Amino acid sequence: MTAVPDIEFRAVTKRYGAVTAVSGIDLAIPPSAFVALLGPSGCGKTTCLRMIGGFEQPSEGQVLIRGRDMAGTPPYRRPVNMVFQQYALFPHLDVEDNISYGLRQARPRLSSREISQRAGEALSMVQLAGYGRRKIHELSGGQQQRVALARALVNKPAVLLLDEPLAALDKKLRTDMQIELQNLQREIGITFVLVTHDQEEALSMSDFVCVMNGGRVVQLGQPSEIYDEPADLFVADFVGKTNLVSGKVAGLSGDLVDVALADGTVISARKRVPLSRGEAVSVSLRPESLSLSAPGSGSLKGIVRNRIFLGSTAEYAIEVPGIGSLLAKADHVIGQGNLFRPGEPVAIGFAAGAPLAFPHAKNNGTNQREDQNAEILS
Amino acid sequence: MSETGHKPDQDNATGGRKSAGSQPAFPMRRSLFRKNLATALLLAPAALWLVVFLVLPFVAIAIFSVGERAPEGGYQAALTFAQYANLPARATAFWNTMVLAPVGALACLLVAYPVAYYLALRAPQRWRLILLAMIVIPFWTSLLMRTYAWMYILGGRGIPALLAYVGIEDLRLINTPGAVLLGIVYGYLPLMILPIYVSLERLDRRLLEASADLGATPLSTFLGVTLRLSLPGVMTGFSLVMILLLGEYLIPTLLGGGKVFFIGNALVDLFLQSRNWPFGSAIAITLVLVSVVVLIVANRISTRLSGARRVDLI
Repeated sequence: MTAVPDIEFRAVTKRYGAVTAVSGIDLAIPPSAFVALLGPSGCGKTTCLRMIGGFEQPSEGQVLIRGRDMAGTPPYRRPVNMVFQQYALFPHLDVEDNISYGLRQARPRLSSREISQRAGEALSMVQLAGYGRRKIHELSGGQQQRVALARALVNKPAVLLLDEPLAALDKKLRTDMQIELQNLQREIGITFVLVTHDQEEALSMSDFVCVMNGGRVVQLGQPSEIYDEPADLFVADFVGKTNLVSGKVAGLSGDLVDVALADGTVISARKRVPLSRGEAVSVSLRPESLSLSAPGSGSLKGIVRNRIFLGSTAEYAIEVPGIGSLLAKADHVIGQGNLFRPGEPVAIGFAAGAPLAFPHAKNNGTNQREDQNAEILS
Repeated sequence: MSETGHKPDQDNATGGRKSAGSQPAFPMRRSLFRKNLATALLLAPAALWLVVFLVLPFVAIAIFSVGERAPEGGYQAALTFAQYANLPARATAFWNTMVLAPVGALACLLVAYPVAYYLALRAPQRWRLILLAMIVIPFWTSLLMRTYAWMYILGGRGIPALLAYVGIEDLRLINTPGAVLLGIVYGYLPLMILPIYVSLERLDRRLLEASADLGATPLSTFLGVTLRLSLPGVMTGFSLVMILLLGEYLIPTLLGGGKVFFIGNALVDLFLQSRNWPFGSAIAITLVLVSVVVLIVANRISTRLSGARRVDLI
């Protein structure tokens, strides 16, 4: 715990007029980590990134970079660099001049030999050696992405900020870039802070995921923690696919609660926060934690409505009377023809400890509405 | 590589069209003809206008310029370059114009750029249209009227009279080069502001953030990004104002007291007073050539500096 965090937020609040974009965030980003700020549009993640970059000033609280309070420090004096959404490359400069732009700003001045050498290294780092004299508009989206990366990294920043860097790429390229970004981060060893609304991207690339909602940090943890042990209903619902089933607490025993579902079935679930008997709860059931079997066993009974065969797995939409539609995911083993067909009755079981019970959030509905509004706006 | 890969494709395409026979080709050709006809009809008025009011007069002037002055004035057919040889007789007017036009355009630019910058990047969004309108509205009155107004403001009963109250006496403003420059800046400012405003308004603000992020101070960002990317607008405004100034004679006459002779004054004099049409035409043709050179140079510069693929000039 002696290491100074690369980025630290202390009670940071940001308001735009009457709108509070970020409210009272405390956050310490450990050094040399790949961190994702994840959340729906309008959750304040981009505002946080822009406060690190110096493009926004916090209304309250402090932003520290490597232990130094950044209040009043303009973007051009901060030891961080940003990869902008849609890259913001300079259209009037060629690739090499774009990359050496930051080096040319350094005071005391760098020798032109050092500038061209470092720009060349940066170009090879992103596998664009030989593209130095190309115009920006002659490059593909993926190549522009690499130029933006090289332009930021060539300055050897303490922290690299990435604002939805993969949003403009097609799926195949995105997957490649995810791996490449991960490798780059390990190679260079500096902190990467990535902003994304894509939970898959956040889980797959980062060492730590910081889930944000409504201007607050809801959970900070490793991807598997976020997925397996979501802090609240929002995280459970936002990260990965899940089934949310409402019920009432019927009994308490240590870490576990018995939840009576709408159809009367009582299932055992783990709880993350204290619950009281009779409280309305939502139970999160991950699709892969549901096991399907022929009728007769299992705790719930339903009828297969749809089957989505995905090769290695198959997803089933199952209609459970009194509860609604549940999504289940089952591994597919070659040669083992145990695929359930639409219309077939099935029994559903759960892996022990898989169901998670959360207090029935009063504001969950409003959150979702806000998200929809934000999406319409953006 | 690519050429050899291309050829069979073309052969296929032509072969395909032939084998398809005349039947399917016919309606296509007809619709193409219709499309061309529509285009032609839409362009016809503009084309006619240009031919009647631009091409024909230009041809006439070109013919006049190699002719001779009739004894009673006007034009008399001939084929001589004597008029062009005589151009040095108006060297002073040319020289004055060649100084006035770039200096006037530069003065305009120096005043216009900060205004355009403020309008495009700093002014509150809801004020922008109002401020732009305030720049354009004076243009609805004739330049002659507005220049007369300046004659009064700068004249003995205008600013000098006001200054006399506070003890500054005997200040001459009207009929000075400064008055001419002021009149030019005033008259042509909107033509300079608008193109610069447009290019600054189109500027991607994230480029400014990217520049700051990469360590550039606000001044470096302005010089390295903002100014560079607004150069097409600057060159458009500059060449527009400069070309108009090449033919300007009203402002120097009214605010300069007509003491300094410009090409515009020379043309008015030659066509209306001394009725030496051929010599006037030769001067006019020379002026057009100078304008074309200015345009080409301006276009080259802004294309090179902004790195743009294509620059819209005017």
